Amino acid sequence: MPKIKMPKGTPSIDMTPMVDLAFLLVTFFMLTASFRNAEPVTVETPSSISDKIIPENILMVTLDKDGRVFFNLSDAEARKEMLNNMLQKYKIGLSEEKIEEFSFMSTFGCTMQELPAYMNTEAAKRASFPTQGIPSDSTKNELLDWLSFAATAAGNTGRTAFEEAKLKGGEPKMEDFKPKFILRVDSKTLYKDAQVVIDVFRDLNLNNLNFVTSAEAIPVN
Amino acid sequence: MAQIAESGGGDHGKGKKRAKKGSTHVDMTPMVDLAFLLLTFFVLTSTFSKPKVMPLAYPAKPKINDPVPPKANNVTTFVLAGDKVYYYRGEFYPKSRPGANGPTELTEANFGTGENSVRKLLASWNEYVIKNKVELDKKLEKKQISDSTYDAKLNDLTVKREAVKVLIKTDDKALCKSFIDLVDELKIASIGVIAPTDLTAGEKELLKAKN
Repeated sequence: MPKIKMPKGTPSIDMTPMVDLAFLLVTFFMLTASFRNAEPVTVETPSSISDKIIPENILMVTLDKDGRVFFNLSDAEARKEMLNNMLQKYKIGLSEEKIEEFSFMSTFGCTMQELPAYMNTEAAKRASFPTQGIPSDSTKNELLDWLSFAATAAGNTGRTAFEEAKLKGGEPKMEDFKPKFILRVDSKTLYKDAQVVIDVFRDLNLNNLNFVTSAEAIPVN
Repeated sequence: MAQIAESGGGDHGKGKKRAKKGSTHVDMTPMVDLAFLLLTFFVLTSTFSKPKVMPLAYPAKPKINDPVPPKANNVTTFVLAGDKVYYYRGEFYPKSRPGANGPTELTEANFGTGENSVRKLLASWNEYVIKNKVELDKKLEKKQISDSTYDAKLNDLTVKREAVKVLIKTDDKALCKSFIDLVDELKIASIGVIAPTDLTAGEKELLKAKN
C-alpha cells in the first residue's frame, strides 16, 4: 500500500481573489468619498424626522453654541461677486490672490475689519482665529450686507445655471436652481441668538428657512 | 585567457551565464498591506448620511400698511421657557378679562412619548387632519392622485377649521434644541400652520409665576 505523501514546504493559499476584492473596495470608497472642507466651527445639530437632503445652491448661516455667527455661500462664482461688493462697500482692500482663495473656501466668520488678517492666516489656523463672528446686531449689521449681496449673487448664478440646463434639454424647474437659505444651529445655541439671525433674513424678505438637522427615525404609530 | 571576465573573477571556465529559470515572483505583500490600510481608512472616515434640512416658513415681517390679520381658529400656543415647554389652547385671556373658562393658564408638557407628551396631545387634538392624511397617503400609494395634487390637498387640509394651528413663543433661555424638537413634533402631527412669534406681556407674567 502506497503511503499518502504529505506535500512538503509551506502550504500556500491563493490570495488573488481577496486582494482583487480589497482593491475593488478601495476604489469604491475612494470614488464615493467626498471630502468636506475644513470648517472653522464644530456644530452639533439637533435631530429631526425630516428626510430632505441639503440642496445644492445654498446660503448657510452657522451659529455656534456661544451665538457666534458664521456664513457660507456654496457657489464659488457668487462668492467672488459677493466679496467684491462687500470690499467696495466697506472700503477694504484685498489682493486678487486672496479674493481667489476666498472664493474656494467654505464657512468663514469675522468682521470686515478683521477680514484681511483672517485671510492672511494659514488655512489650518483659521479655526482658532480670535473673532466674535460676523456682527449681526442692529448697530453694525454686517450679516445683513453679506446676506443681501449673497442672495443677489447666488440668484444670478442660479439663473445662469437654469438657462444652461434648459439649453441642454429636459425640463428643469427654476425652483431647483434658486438659492436656498439654510440655518445651522448647535443644539445648545440659545434660540434668542438664532432669532437675531432669523430676523435679518426676514428683514430681507427671505422667509423660507431650512434648519440643518441630523436624521432621526420616524415614529411608527 | 583572452576572455574578458564578465563578473568577479571566480567562475572560470563555466561557460555562459544563464538567466534564472522559473517564474519571476514579485513580492506583493507591501502593496496588499497598503491596499488594506487605505481600505480601512476610507471605511472608517466615510460618512453615508448627508445632513438633512427641515424647512420652516417664517411669517413675513408686517409692513406699516398691512391690514390686521383675521384671527385664526383652533390655535394652540406653545411656550418654550428654558428646558420646559408649556401650552395653552385658544385665545389668551388675562386675569383681568377672563374668558368663558376663566383666565388662561399654562400647562406643562414634555417631549417624551408618554403621558402629557407633546406628541400624544397633538395626536388627539389634530386627529381630523391625521385621519384624512392617512387616506391621502393611501391614495398616493395606489397612484390614484399625483404628487402635486397630494401636496395641494394636504395643504388645504392643514388650513381647515378643524386643523390645529400652532404659535411658538420662546423666552430668553430657550435652546434651539427644544425649538427644533417642537417643530419636529408638529411635523409628526402633520400640522401645517406654524408661526414662531414673540411673547406678549401677559404671557411673560404667567411664565414668571411658573418659575
